[in-house]
Amino acid sequence: MPDHRNTLDTFLADLARLLSLQDANTRTVLLGVAALGLAAGVVGCFATLRRRALLGDAIAHAALPGICAAFFLVGSRSFAAFMLGALVFGALAAATVAAIRAWTRVKEDAAIAIVIGSYFGLGVVWSSLIQNRPEGAVAGLDGFIFGKAASMVASDARSILIVAVIVVGIVLLLYKELKALTFDREFAQTQGWPTVALDLLVMALICACTVAGLPAVGVVLVVALLIIPGAAARCWTDRLGTMLLLAGLIGLSAAVMGAALSATLPSPTGSASRGWPTGPLIVLCAAAAFMLSAIFAPGRGLISRLRAGRVEMKAP
Amino acid sequence: MMLSTLHAADFWTMAVAVCCAVACGTIGCFLVLRRMSLLGDAISHSILPGLALAFILTGTRDPLAMLAGALVVGVLTAGMATGVRKLGRIPEDAALGVVFSTLFAIGVLLITWVADSVDLDPGCVLYGLLETVSLDTVRMFGVDIPRALPWQAGLMLGNIALIVVLFKELRITSFDSGLATTLGISAGVVQFILLTAVAATTVISFEAVGSILVITLLVAPGASAQLLTDRLGRMVILSGVLGATAAIFGCLAAIYWNTSTAGMISVAAGAQFVFIGLFAPRYGVAARLGRNTLLSMRIAREDILGLLYRLQENREPGAPRSLPSSQVIRSVATPMRARLSVMQLRARGLVDRSRGGGGELTLTARGVDEASRVIRAHRLWESYLSQNLPLPLDHLHEPSERIEHFLTGEIQSKIAAEIGDQSDPHGKQIPAP
Repeated sequence: MPDHRNTLDTFLADLARLLSLQDANTRTVLLGVAALGLAAGVVGCFATLRRRALLGDAIAHAALPGICAAFFLVGSRSFAAFMLGALVFGALAAATVAAIRAWTRVKEDAAIAIVIGSYFGLGVVWSSLIQNRPEGAVAGLDGFIFGKAASMVASDARSILIVAVIVVGIVLLLYKELKALTFDREFAQTQGWPTVALDLLVMALICACTVAGLPAVGVVLVVALLIIPGAAARCWTDRLGTMLLLAGLIGLSAAVMGAALSATLPSPTGSASRGWPTGPLIVLCAAAAFMLSAIFAPGRGLISRLRAGRVEMKAP
Repeated sequence: MMLSTLHAADFWTMAVAVCCAVACGTIGCFLVLRRMSLLGDAISHSILPGLALAFILTGTRDPLAMLAGALVVGVLTAGMATGVRKLGRIPEDAALGVVFSTLFAIGVLLITWVADSVDLDPGCVLYGLLETVSLDTVRMFGVDIPRALPWQAGLMLGNIALIVVLFKELRITSFDSGLATTLGISAGVVQFILLTAVAATTVISFEAVGSILVITLLVAPGASAQLLTDRLGRMVILSGVLGATAAIFGCLAAIYWNTSTAGMISVAAGAQFVFIGLFAPRYGVAARLGRNTLLSMRIAREDILGLLYRLQENREPGAPRSLPSSQVIRSVATPMRARLSVMQLRARGLVDRSRGGGGELTLTARGVDEASRVIRAHRLWESYLSQNLPLPLDHLHEPSERIEHFLTGEIQSKIAAEIGDQSDPHGKQIPAP
């Protein structure tokens, strides 16, 4: 049993070395998760404001069968193929929810729950089939369920970076249109903007961020990267532009902190192979940011509301 | 696959799965009806830290301690979601997402922390260990049965008993919470009992079948049953039965393909929902499409009859008494539907088609009878409109063209009695019934 102080010192030294980006490998990982956190935080604001938050969850869960299908087709671990498969199945899941809502009397919440369960079930079935095969071990599918940022290679990080640049670029370019779509759909229609196409675009952006987040955060928790930064940013401002900026920054810092902790915290079991999973740590960092925002934000936060005597909290 | 290739162990697995499916399916109906399906999803994720904490505090995998821990966190989830919604002023679904993902993350970390002292890995929380339930047995009534079976069976009976005892209260609060309050039933208390039951169901089931399967089994059978019936009692029973069939098919398929049982049951429940959604007799997609097609075919047929009737009625010299079928087809509905309608009308002996030429269509004697009914409805409605509303004459045809297909004989005779005289506003005769 190593001396506690000693462990703490090593940990802090590790963390400092990591955050100063000294070695190439951590640089890739941190760059990848930072880009991801930024993009997901920005896009997540639209998902939350348009009440599409849990559709992201359905898309994320549907990514698992998509990844498995890609593995069946390609036969090896290929980041690009996995992302493509996840994207196709994510779109399929979103379409299924829309179809159930439009064509049956089943409500959207039940539709989302059914889609989450059955698509993920399909993913579990297929991944168990893959693991039964001799080449299955190389698939690394486990990493996609809880996330394993450490196994990210340079090409993965580059793909995430490209996705993030495209996503954030689209949001910046179409800022005015997306803003109108979010808050005043009728106005957007009278401007002659294609609201349905913009709606689909938002879904595609959610899909892209979800899929890009899988390697780092995993299927189950990637939805948190979309929702929590936006929720935290909402506490500070009423302006969409500020909210997007803050959500992006919160997402970025939570992702970097989480990945850094995952890489440096001493393994709980003592074995190097089974360390702390990245996804949950990133989510906890984001949740901490939300709690701090909800309590301390000026005007909106719990403390200033209690001070102003507005104990009765008003829901949106 | 032959049933004889199944082992005794497979039957025990199936028994556990069926009990779990019935327990989830019955109570899940109320989640579906109350639009709380995603709360079931959230609870099944958020119980994880409850389980881990119970283990850390008691140091054992004592089922009762685990149950208590998870139950507390599960019930708290709903309260926390409300708190986050008010605190962050974000929509309900986003608040639920914040709560359950954070709790799940805490749960995964806690489990990782105690990983070397407990064989509870996050993966098995998601997929369950349905394949291995038959390895962990207890001796009851002289037989070795899976330890999970009495738990699942008890849960199933408990849920059924709860629904039977509280049926009236659950029904009223699900459909009309205002009425419930006036009747002295507290919607809040019923909601709390329901939440507790869902949390208990999730906790007891998850060890055997995993949290993902719990979500599917809570929602998919209930939503399927909702498409089959309008009565709550039948919906609950159907939902239980559908859960059981999904469990059985899922188990068999999993054995056949040698893959995850919980995953396969999830897929089976989803496939069952898709099948019922497509083919349910009343609310299914196919049934609705069929009804719409039948209706639009009837409307097209009646429009053709009306068109031919008006031609034959016209006594002016030189006016055509019949119309080439190509022209008829062009003037009603879509070409496909119109062509089919002409075929149907000829098959029923209502319309004749001349040989040669452009295939002129005329009404037969029976066709005239049938057409006069449509024309009568049309002209009665025109008369009624012109008597009761100050509409110009050229505004009467359009609405009557729509309503003529839906006026019943009873309404027609009432309108006729009110109008009195026997010609329509354009001076055309209204055919006798």
